[in-house]
Amino acid sequence: MQQDAVPISSILSLLTGDGGNFLGIIFLSLQVTITAVTCAGLVGLPLGAGLALVRFPGRTVIIVLVNTMMGFPPVVAGLAIFLLLSRSGPLGELGLLFTPKAMMIAQFVLVLPIIVALTRQTIEDLWTEYQDHMTSLGAGRLRSIPTLLWDARFSLVTTLLAGLGRASAEVGAILIVGGNIAGFTRTMTTSIALETSKGDLPLAMALGVVLMSLTLVINSLAFGISRVGARFSGKS
Amino acid sequence: MLRRTFVTAAASVLVAIGMLSAAEAQDRFITVASTTSTQDSGLFDALLPAFTAKTGITVKVIAQGTGQALDTARRGDADVVFVHAKSQELKFLEDGFGVKRYPVMYNDFVVVGPKSDPAGIAGGKDVVAAFKMIADKKAPFVSRGDKSGTNSAELKLWKAADIDLPAVRGEWYREIGQGMGATLNTANAMAAYTLSDRGTWIAFANKGDLGIVVEGDKKLFNQYGVMLVNPAKFSTVKADDGQAFIDWLVSPEGQSAIAAYRIDGQQLFFPNANDPKA
Amino acid sequence: MRDTTSMLPLIVRDLRLEMDGRTLLDVPLARIQNRQRNVILGPNGAGKSLFLRVCHGLIAPTSGRIEYTLPVSATEIRRKQAMVFQKPVMLRRSVRANFTHALAMAGVGWYERRRMADEAMAQFGLSGLADSPARVLSGGEQQRLAIARAASLGPDLLFLDEPTSSLDPTASRQIEDMLDVLHERGVTLVLTTHDLGLARRFADVIFFFHNGRLVEENDAERFFTQPETEEAKAFLEHRLFW
Repeated sequence: MQQDAVPISSILSLLTGDGGNFLGIIFLSLQVTITAVTCAGLVGLPLGAGLALVRFPGRTVIIVLVNTMMGFPPVVAGLAIFLLLSRSGPLGELGLLFTPKAMMIAQFVLVLPIIVALTRQTIEDLWTEYQDHMTSLGAGRLRSIPTLLWDARFSLVTTLLAGLGRASAEVGAILIVGGNIAGFTRTMTTSIALETSKGDLPLAMALGVVLMSLTLVINSLAFGISRVGARFSGKS
Repeated sequence: MLRRTFVTAAASVLVAIGMLSAAEAQDRFITVASTTSTQDSGLFDALLPAFTAKTGITVKVIAQGTGQALDTARRGDADVVFVHAKSQELKFLEDGFGVKRYPVMYNDFVVVGPKSDPAGIAGGKDVVAAFKMIADKKAPFVSRGDKSGTNSAELKLWKAADIDLPAVRGEWYREIGQGMGATLNTANAMAAYTLSDRGTWIAFANKGDLGIVVEGDKKLFNQYGVMLVNPAKFSTVKADDGQAFIDWLVSPEGQSAIAAYRIDGQQLFFPNANDPKA
Repeated sequence: MRDTTSMLPLIVRDLRLEMDGRTLLDVPLARIQNRQRNVILGPNGAGKSLFLRVCHGLIAPTSGRIEYTLPVSATEIRRKQAMVFQKPVMLRRSVRANFTHALAMAGVGWYERRRMADEAMAQFGLSGLADSPARVLSGGEQQRLAIARAASLGPDLLFLDEPTSSLDPTASRQIEDMLDVLHERGVTLVLTTHDLGLARRFADVIFFFHNGRLVEENDAERFFTQPETEEAKAFLEHRLFW
């Protein structure tokens, strides 16, 4: 074996060489993932909090379903969205298949259950602590949701990171709904899949290292912010 | 203070989404469902910029197996199909999903295998005889098993060799249901034989111990055809721009661009749009 | 002297709380008088906290009524009373934000909130801590914050569950001083304790609970000199019985 185990030269040539294309791929990856996780957060955080607090018939069933959906196989999610968005499918009119938006939808669907399930757990725990105080203030369960979400913010950052992890590592679903079109829907993970299939394993590995580094940076930043914040408002 | 951090983060995400919508407002593009061989070999990277420069039409390529690519087109999710399995293409036309089939080019398949050559077929010119040997010796063979053009070519060769695959297959015959590159990676890892299109093989970087064992048999020729998806079936098909791409591919300019594409000095694809029987 | 604008006295009638067939609370009649310092006394497990929670409306009784003198709406009842819990709930925010949050929940407008929070903090010596995270305060500071936060809502009636139980003598002293201020301001106070010293120093009226039952309701001075019931006598003489 003369190949480097960690192909530093490949990484360097990726970053310094004909970089426009590569930076575009990184930018698209971040854009798709961050948009999907943000939207999933905007929907999932209130939904998870609602599921934690509001009692309604069938609640337990929904909780079990959401927990199950956390392990939803990405390929199945991708296929379902593909069938929905295809020109022959019910949402074909929108012309979203093989676009970044389709990839965002796929990741949104994959990330949402994680955010809902983890948020529900966090908020339920916090509610046991806050219930008396909030009830005494005359705030019912629904009205307490914003308070609980805000006060759980540092735990919820971890929840969002879990979602980000699932989204950024995902390849099966976005390959199906995005089509891995060069310069348009090609992301870090689909590039890695492509380079592997071309047999360019060092390049695939280099891309993987770059992806890992990016994920590391994002996680460190979020962890740092949440640590500093948690210290500021007292240990959680 | 923290609140401000959160608000800033949220705002920047919204800006990002906005930029995305702007970036997506691209003018003219067509979607081409094609095969992994044309993409993995790098042919499209060489061809498309010239076409786009001339016409202003961007081409988005979805690289799939031939079967899957035709299926994508059948659902109306592509404007043009560019694949290599003539019988499947004719069926597609017959079903009314395509307008007209144009032959574009051919390349050829090669049988690749490990240096140890357990079936003893290296250097042969008769692919049917070689397949017989592989089956007789139960030498490991990796099949795409994904209904791709290469897969159907492989199945045709087993048939020509009088091998009844369902009857004789065992440990030695492994269907992996993946693309050409993944299949070559697997063959390399298992020291097995496989059938590959020459383009993907030459461009493939992880050859390891593998090498060409059989090539040059007429039976190994691999014809590519291109078709416009029928706009009468799907009103969303960009008929004019799609036809412009097809016309360019079969024009002298497109044909010579195909002929000019080389890797390591080797020509991968041979234009033959002027051969009506291809 | 009757205050015609107050919803007090609050009268509890035939109150029972049962769970799994066990009677947890049994209060035939209790009167919480306006502007008095009411102390609910009794050994651990006597039902003092439960009684407080039922009066405050956190737990619905199995049967019985809680009557207010003026006919007022449920919302108004809620607005005019507040409660400080034994383990104060500190929001994961700054001290000031703990005030403004409670005020916001009470429907106070944005600018008004800040002013009222600053006022309450100044009154109870918490201004220096305004920007500290509430959850890093000491136990005594947290309890002061909880009481000041409840007081900032301007309640007529304030319930306090064991306000000094886990505090050292200095911090307890500070809490008692705060309660005196609130008393002078005309707030009706109802607090639970098992601390006889606090009860003696502080109470106008004693409600003595034992085994979930209100055993004796008495004027504080009489309660400590001539208790009417055997149970109370035994409790005062530290002869605990079960």
